[in-house]
Amino acid sequence: MPLDRRYVLAAAALATLLPLSACTTDKPDSASSPRSSAGTKKNTGDQSKFFVQADYDAQLAMRSKTATGPAEKPWEQAIDPQMVDTARYKKAGPYHLCFSNAATNNPWRQVGWKTMQAEVATHPEIKEFTVLDAEGKDDKQISDIAELQAKGCDALIVSPNTTTTLTPAVKAACGKVPVIVFDRGVQADCPVTFIKPIGGYAFGAEGAEFLKQKVKPKGKILALRILPGVDVLETRWSAAKIAFDNSELDVVGVEFTEGDAAKTKSIVTNYIQRHGKIDGVWMDAGATAVAAAEAFEDAGQPVPPINGEDQQDFLQKWKDAKLTAIAPTYPTYQWRTPIIAALKVLGGESVPKVWNLPQPTITQDNLDSYLKPGMPPLHYALCGCEDMAGYPQNWGGKK
Amino acid sequence: MRRNLPIFGVLTVLLVAIAIANPYFLEPQGFLAFVKRAAPLAILAAGQYFVIVSGEFDLSVGSLVTAEVVIAARLVDGDPGATWPVIALLLAFGALVGAVNGLVTTLLRVPSFIVTLGMLLILSGAVSLWTDGSPRGALSEQFRQFGRGTIGPVPWSALILGAVVAYVVWLMRADFGRTLVATGDNQTAAALSGVRVHRVKTIAFVLSGLSAAVCAILLGGFAGVSAQVGQGLEFQVITAVVLGGVVLGGGRGSVAAAIAGAFTLQALFTLLNLHGISGALEFTVQGLILIVAVALGTLQPSWRPRRRKPPALTS
Repeated sequence: MPLDRRYVLAAAALATLLPLSACTTDKPDSASSPRSSAGTKKNTGDQSKFFVQADYDAQLAMRSKTATGPAEKPWEQAIDPQMVDTARYKKAGPYHLCFSNAATNNPWRQVGWKTMQAEVATHPEIKEFTVLDAEGKDDKQISDIAELQAKGCDALIVSPNTTTTLTPAVKAACGKVPVIVFDRGVQADCPVTFIKPIGGYAFGAEGAEFLKQKVKPKGKILALRILPGVDVLETRWSAAKIAFDNSELDVVGVEFTEGDAAKTKSIVTNYIQRHGKIDGVWMDAGATAVAAAEAFEDAGQPVPPINGEDQQDFLQKWKDAKLTAIAPTYPTYQWRTPIIAALKVLGGESVPKVWNLPQPTITQDNLDSYLKPGMPPLHYALCGCEDMAGYPQNWGGKK
Repeated sequence: MRRNLPIFGVLTVLLVAIAIANPYFLEPQGFLAFVKRAAPLAILAAGQYFVIVSGEFDLSVGSLVTAEVVIAARLVDGDPGATWPVIALLLAFGALVGAVNGLVTTLLRVPSFIVTLGMLLILSGAVSLWTDGSPRGALSEQFRQFGRGTIGPVPWSALILGAVVAYVVWLMRADFGRTLVATGDNQTAAALSGVRVHRVKTIAFVLSGLSAAVCAILLGGFAGVSAQVGQGLEFQVITAVVLGGVVLGGGRGSVAAAIAGAFTLQALFTLLNLHGISGALEFTVQGLILIVAVALGTLQPSWRPRRRKPPALTS
């Protein structure tokens, strides 16, 4: 009779699951552990193993520094540039540039990639632009970089998929061709320049400090992260953790959303139900910020102070629903810089060894200048692409 | 109903556990919020049930949901007037994908595991090609109402779920239900006794495609446009159906239990979240359920006589 099997199955399912949920409740960093009295122990868990104090200090200091270069072209600006001579790379054009791209598998990279292509189109001296997309795979990118060395590139641009694994491949390429690395770095000194915005610590601190300012002491904060273990995301959280630990705020939960809007909305709904009220939301990325805000609306509550990112849908929501919000950014305009840097290097002009691009924050005061009507929901406002040929339709926007 | 008791028992235990962790759950609003969250998966489970009970799989539903949401956003593009035509188109597209899955499985005799795996890849490739990885357009408020809004205190999605449940229960009590289970139990015997096996199975796939369309309308409404909305749903839904005691390979299990399986899975995820357990563990839990459930299913013949075997063989 199937009857018995069903009972056994049900019992077995329960037997497997209940201990599973029971035994994990005593994790010290679990969100369910009773809230500590403010000021003693925090619920933010241990500091990330990716945390580097020196980088943290440097990034936080850079936030208040003025970048050198043309203000209307932040992608050409640099903070604290230590220039390096590139005379030995000087050669006559036209040039053949090569690019090993980690992936184009998320909207941020899509916007950046379109911007880079538009940048290439503005330079007639680039006669050829060879690109290999590693589709998010380290092994493919290693062979891509090797393959590109045989194509007669005058300069090689690399956006590494992961830092450690790609380091040897980049080192090998350095000996043959000037290498320009951007977005994520490599653990090697040999690239001519490494281009990046200020970084994840600055991003994370920006959102957390905003909440410290806007939420009253003992206010309940929910922190939403995409995934653990990704260096660029870990830095964002570590900086926020430090800010929260040094505050009177009560972090009631640190949750992983996997970047899924429905899951984000459910998590936030659960927290609202459990705590009655959440006073602030911190996010390590903005893709699901709208879903988080909607969870409050659907629960019939005002949306508390929240940070998103420069995605179009969040900026639109911010304006329409008059949110108390802030949007730290990791600007996609950094995809223009490697092309500009490559041409400078081949022209013998000096470039910064580490090219720290400014990393603006969108606030209530400058929201209107970043919100561009007609752009798709996952467009990134800091593309630096508004004056480029093919804007807005090549970026999915409407004229 | 009696034979479905175990899964309802598990569900009850989980619901009680949730209520203990979160007393707000006992209030109508708290409970309805849970129903609203579970409705898309429950509807998808109803669709998947037809395919599984007929002895096949439909792995394409996750990608189909993503494709439907992305298509909806692009076509609606914030225009309220486009809501109903687009909904009709989404349902038609879901049915079409289901029909293709069904016809290739039955007429070309390609195992449904392969057909629908292929469809999963085709749809996800087509979506990323069409959107360049970043969906365009926006859903209108009218469209989102179904997944987000309420009529009085009752969420639209709960009402839609109610209608779907009534329809599928009726369908399973009608001739179609009997022929479907007979087909899954023993295809040759069913064919010999006059069941048009190909037709029945194809309809099962069409129903699964339609359920994915409804699920997409609710999920898109619930959380908005995303290119990841359907990710992993095929595994969740198969886990839900199997958890409901429906046997992979077909012929056993009830649709009500499959839907209860979806609610159970959702309750479990809610409980894990309430206890602050990392979402990454959801996959582990799903994997455990899937293996344990199927293992128990295959243990059955040596355990107790199956109905279709003569008692003499085992006793």
